[in-house]
Amino acid sequence: MEAVQHFTELAKQVVGFIYPNEIEIHWSILIVVYPYITGLVAGAFILASLVKVFNVKELQPTYRLALLTALAFLLIAPLPLQLHLGRPERSFEMFLTPQLSSAMAMFGFVYLWYLMVVLLLEIWFEYRRDMIVWSGEATGVKKWALKILSLFSTDVSEKAVAFDKKTVKIITVIGIPSAFLLHGYVGFIFGSIKANPWWSSVMMPVVFLFSAIVSGIAIVMLLYMIVVPLRGGKIDMQCLDKMASFLFYAVIVDFSIEVLDFIHRLYESEESIKILSALVETKLFMSLVILQILLGMLLPLGVMVVIRVFKLQEEVRKLLYFVCGLLIQLGIFSTRWNVVIGGQLFSKSFRGLTTYKMELMGIEGLLVAVALLIIPFVILAVLLNLLPPWKKEELARTT
Amino acid sequence: MDRRDFLRRLCLLIASTGMTGGMSAAAWARIIHKDYDASRHYYGMGIDVDKCIGCGRCMQACKTENAVPAPPFYFRTWVERYVIKTDRSVTVSTISTEGVQPTDGIVEKDMVRSFFVPKLCNQCAHPPCVQVCPVGATFTSDDGVVLVDTKRCIGCRYCIQACPYGVRYLHPVTRVADKCNFCYHRLVRGLLPACVEVCPTQARLFGDLKSVASPLGRFVRMNKVHVLKPYLNTDPKVYYANLDGEVN
Repeated sequence: MEAVQHFTELAKQVVGFIYPNEIEIHWSILIVVYPYITGLVAGAFILASLVKVFNVKELQPTYRLALLTALAFLLIAPLPLQLHLGRPERSFEMFLTPQLSSAMAMFGFVYLWYLMVVLLLEIWFEYRRDMIVWSGEATGVKKWALKILSLFSTDVSEKAVAFDKKTVKIITVIGIPSAFLLHGYVGFIFGSIKANPWWSSVMMPVVFLFSAIVSGIAIVMLLYMIVVPLRGGKIDMQCLDKMASFLFYAVIVDFSIEVLDFIHRLYESEESIKILSALVETKLFMSLVILQILLGMLLPLGVMVVIRVFKLQEEVRKLLYFVCGLLIQLGIFSTRWNVVIGGQLFSKSFRGLTTYKMELMGIEGLLVAVALLIIPFVILAVLLNLLPPWKKEELARTT
Repeated sequence: MDRRDFLRRLCLLIASTGMTGGMSAAAWARIIHKDYDASRHYYGMGIDVDKCIGCGRCMQACKTENAVPAPPFYFRTWVERYVIKTDRSVTVSTISTEGVQPTDGIVEKDMVRSFFVPKLCNQCAHPPCVQVCPVGATFTSDDGVVLVDTKRCIGCRYCIQACPYGVRYLHPVTRVADKCNFCYHRLVRGLLPACVEVCPTQARLFGDLKSVASPLGRFVRMNKVHVLKPYLNTDPKVYYANLDGEVN
């Protein structure tokens, strides 16, 4: 068996003692991708809600982009889970016979709620009037696609549009706790495992939430800086600065919570502290200390402080914001990696460490993970084409 | 046998095969185990650490009885060897199914004490694996045994993450979670689990906690017993006598 050969190789790299069944890392790179993606969804939605609920006018240009980004990623979110199942053909059991005491069983319902009730509804009401207008202007397939998407509604009267606006606001208000639920819940899946001291923490859902907000704002910022110039518009610096400022505060909160968790663990110094220290100092040093904390958090924070203090030129600011966005994505992906993979690298006997060797080709391999991260951008490209976030005159206005 | 007789017997054979072949596994179970009433039992195991000699026969028997994959990465039960040295360091290893083969080169004068600890599913009264299973494929039977419905398990492996004792693995062929079930197919026939049956020193004892007279009832009366990781509130039903504080 191929697996046996793989495990025999891995067994040589085990440090100390692990329970014999623990050689296999059960939650692979796909389960790293899953919370990363749902984090982007929740974060992008929170950014959108800043415009509608909290009336942050400067961020208006990112509103629709944020919604479409959230949708593009949400559509892919269940895929890594589905692909990772031992018996994927039985996944429907989760809907038919959900076990109510299981945090995981709620996934399908939380997901459907968020997709159908929050995101799709909000996007539909937001775009309804435009879809009707655009379907009148378009021809061929696009005309029909827009007609179907607008569910053949035709009412563009002032009263109807006012109703749309009001509904969007209400949905956003429902959406904020729902976004918190979606990602906080993902954190709970890990945080509620008492067998695993690396995961078991009441802070886990909170850490997940704030890292989600950080990654969501950062991805929309990156996309805004890429898509607007591609569409022939000019980046609205007021909007970008505002977004960066929200990002800055979100990173600070996220960082503070993680530091608090870290100090709390060190100070309490429970039974597991020795093995967890060994884990951080050896197997996770690169991904936790270097990638997540130094490159993914402290460096972007430093850069953003520099931008604020020295009031840099527009072009330099843009470049630095872009670099910050990329670093933060790297950092948050590392965060997911450190939680999911890190939590499986030490033995529950607390006496040894094992190793994760990622496959390249297999169904739970690197290529599939990369594909899962690329598909949302393809979906987003289609969505942006069908439902442009900015009207031509809006793009022209900022030029 | 004449032609008439042959035809009669053939008809009988076809009819009986048709009837029995169409029966579900549950229906079969009702016929075979008609005397077995799960609610009348509450099973547990006793392990006397001082009696285990690390021969590995329990591991072999378990693998054979339950068709556990042979490679040393899949176990329903295993035996750990602990060596506590004079410098107070602890070396732990899993013994081979062929019995103990110390290759760590520790000489006796460096040892303070050494012993073997058999491990298996603790059949917790509050099993975290049952709590987290999203589809209810892992459940507790009335007799206290935690079972896996291999036809329902979706292979999400949340139970493997939730088990504090590392007793679960993903079966490489069926792709569903697997673990010790006290040889449930033997229990319902009134037989002992295979590991208990073959243990040459009676280090493993099996019994019904509802029965004062069962070997387990006597075991918990005669020994000071301990369970693994009691602080996790899982309430294991595998009781250890003479367990060292180093074991977790």
